[in-house]
Formats: sequence, structure tokens, C-alpha cells
Amino acid sequence: MKFLCLACDQAMEFAERQLPGDGTLAAVFGCPTCGREIAMLANPMETQLVSSLGIKVGGREVPEQPLELVRSSLAEGRPDAFLDDSAPANPSAVQGPVTWSDDAVQRLSHVPTFVRGMVKRIYTDYARERGIERITPEIMDTARTDLGLEGM
Amino acid sequence: MRRFRTYNQVEETGQELPAQVAAQQERLKDRLASVRSIWLVGSGKGGVGKSAVTANLAAALAARSFSVGGLDGDVNGPSLARMLGAERGPLRSDGVGVAPAAGVAGTRVMSMDLLLGSADAPLRWREPDAAAGFIWQSTLEAGAVREFLSDVAWGTLDILLIDLPPGTDKLSRALQLIPEPAGVLLVTTPSEAARAAVARSARLVREAGVRRAGLIVNMAGHACSSCGHVDALFAAAADHRLVQESGMEAWARIPFHAGFATATDAGRPPVLDDPNGPAAAALLALADRVASTLDTEPL
Repeated sequence: MKFLCLACDQAMEFAERQLPGDGTLAAVFGCPTCGREIAMLANPMETQLVSSLGIKVGGREVPEQPLELVRSSLAEGRPDAFLDDSAPANPSAVQGPVTWSDDAVQRLSHVPTFVRGMVKRIYTDYARERGIERITPEIMDTARTDLGLEGM
Repeated sequence: MRRFRTYNQVEETGQELPAQVAAQQERLKDRLASVRSIWLVGSGKGGVGKSAVTANLAAALAARSFSVGGLDGDVNGPSLARMLGAERGPLRSDGVGVAPAAGVAGTRVMSMDLLLGSADAPLRWREPDAAAGFIWQSTLEAGAVREFLSDVAWGTLDILLIDLPPGTDKLSRALQLIPEPAGVLLVTTPSEAARAAVARSARLVREAGVRRAGLIVNMAGHACSSCGHVDALFAAAADHRLVQESGMEAWARIPFHAGFATATDAGRPPVLDDPNGPAAAALLALADRVASTLDTEPL
């Protein structure tokens, strides 16, 4: 889908994505000419339909992880199904080591083990690509919103 | 009245969903660039022995020193990993791929069975409204098979066999993901019910212009465990009619043998341990025929 600014007859550009709760996906688009903004709110079913295709409204901020759709969507995955290395999906994005605060590690421990290694790699890739050296719960919140990581 | 431009007439902003779908297809193409040939094993009819044929064919080809992958396309009723003796151990994953499980004779295997929480866990997805799941569940299942193809680190393979679930739609989907497979094998039995169902798949394969297509007639008689004499198992012998009407050649006729099925279910394909048995011999001949096509496949 595309959003057209009627005043300028120009395609609006994706600006921001948020997950305000109850499965809603909010995506903000703005007109590059006049600056007018609109927010698209997708209900949980619409959000699910899009994510079932393995795609993200507004585009991807970090590379797609291997089996990302399966790992993030399977309800009853085997806890020890994966042995995850920390290698980034995009090696060219590596700018330096990324560390995790104790609070962030604690929060990550609540993620089901079936998907935990992949989630850790997504947050790490996110931090690396932005030059963030230490992942905290606040960074995780920001990344979750930016990346549209519903349920992660 | 306002006059709008069409979607394609409006400039791209770089975030569109079609671009992401195209990126998925590119990833699939990149991953399969090191796979020399892909064969689809389907049917249209359930319970005809697709997975047993796939497992034994994979093992037979691997035993002939070909590098072979087995992808279980049946995400709801996965059985290929078990039949190929692949352990439900952890699969190593890094940022670029998931290592396949190791099966018998060096086969590389990927199956939903390796990922589900327990042996009897049904395939269920996290979803906001399970009552409306029918809207997106088939999309998720198709996405899972796409990821098994594109995200598993198959490495260099001579042959990748894809075991498809029953249903003509699954064959159609597979041909959309793999538009030019090296070949399609349609498994049937001599029953009239199988003939009617498989005929639809045969037409689909014919209309898709697949390069090679063969019928595999499973349960083509019953082989006596003592003397090996083969008796008819189905009076209909409808497989001959299927061959005639579909124009597809029968590449193999595999007699039913209780020990064969038991060994396959236990993860030890009999083509490895009992190659002279009547069923194994038919499958080894099939493997030779499939292998002979590799000469014409690009490296």
C-alpha cells in the first residue's frame, strides 16, 4: 500500500512504527513536501496478516533472521531446538562489541528459549547498526518499537 | 470527481511490501544456487507413501555418494526427519542460516518435526484471534516452507528432495516457489481413489511444463515375506489407467512389504540394509534413474 498526500499529489514516506498495545500496529507516514503526517492503525488481525507474509510495514531496520517467521510465530516450539551463535546477520554492520546490562539480560531471560537466541541477535544487530555499545531495557524498548517486534 | 493515479504510477518510497517479497525471493534464489537439482515428491492423495518413498530415495542416492538434502514440506504431519533417522537435537543457527539435521547416510534434513515442542505437539501458531486463524494459517505454512528452503544452510547439494503434503494446492504452491524443478514424482497406488486424486496433480504438472515427471506406483502388489511372490493388493489396478490417461510414465512400481514399512518408520530406510528386498530394489532402480538425470543439470 502507498499513502498519497492529496494536497501535494506525492507519495508519503514511512516515518515511525509503534506497537501501542492489544496487537495494534501504528505506522506514521509523512509527506516529504508539506510535512503533513498521518498514522495508519492496523487492528490485530491486519497486523497478523502482514506479519504472516514475513514482511514489515515500513520496511526492515535489520536483516531478516534465519527462520524468523517460523521462530516468531510457532506457539509450541521445542525449547532446545536451536543453538544460536551470536554472529550478526549482516557482518558489514559490525562496528564493535556490544554488551548487555544485567537488567537487559534479566529481561531477555523471560523470552522463550525457542526464540531467545534469535531475539538476542536482532537486538545486537540493532545496537551495532546504530553504534550503541550497551543494551539496556530502554534500548530494548526502543528497538522493539522501531523493529515492530510484536511479542518479542 | 478526483482522478487518482494507479499504485504503480505513484513513485516508490523504498519501503513497499513488494520490495520485501522480492528480497525474500532473492534470498531463496541465492540459497538454492548451490543446489544442483530439486525434485518434488507429491501426490494429491494422502496415505500413499510419499514420505517413505522420499526417505528411501534420499538414502539410496546418498548411499551412491551423492550429497542429498531432504526437506519435509508437510509442516502439519511431518515424518521425514524420523524416517531419515535425524535426531531432534539442537540445530546450530547463526545470522545467515540454520544448519540442517544429520540423517542416515549423510543426508541433510529439515522438518517441522525437529522444531515442535514434543512428539505429539500439533502445529499451532501464535495468533491474536484463533477463531480467525483460517485467514492466515495457510500463509504461515507456506512461509515456513519458504524459510526451510531459503534459510537452511543446505550447502552444496547434488539433489534436494522435497516431500510435499497431500493436496494439489500444495504442489501448485511448491511450483511457485520452485518454478523449474529438475523433476516431479507423483506417488500413487493402484486404487481407484488414488487414481482420481493423482490425476489432478498429473494435469497440474503437465500444464506447468515440468521437465521430468514420473509416477511412482506404491503398494503395487504385496510381496510375500517368505518367498517374495507378489500378489495384487488392489483389484482395481487403476495405476495402468492413470499412466494411460495422464501420459506420465511409471518410473517405479514398489510392492508392499511389512518389514519395509516398519524399518522406514524406525528411521532405517531398507534401501541401506536390505537392498535386495523387492521394495528396496525398485527404489534403488528409481534412484539410479533420478541420478542419471544429473548429467544434464548445471553445476
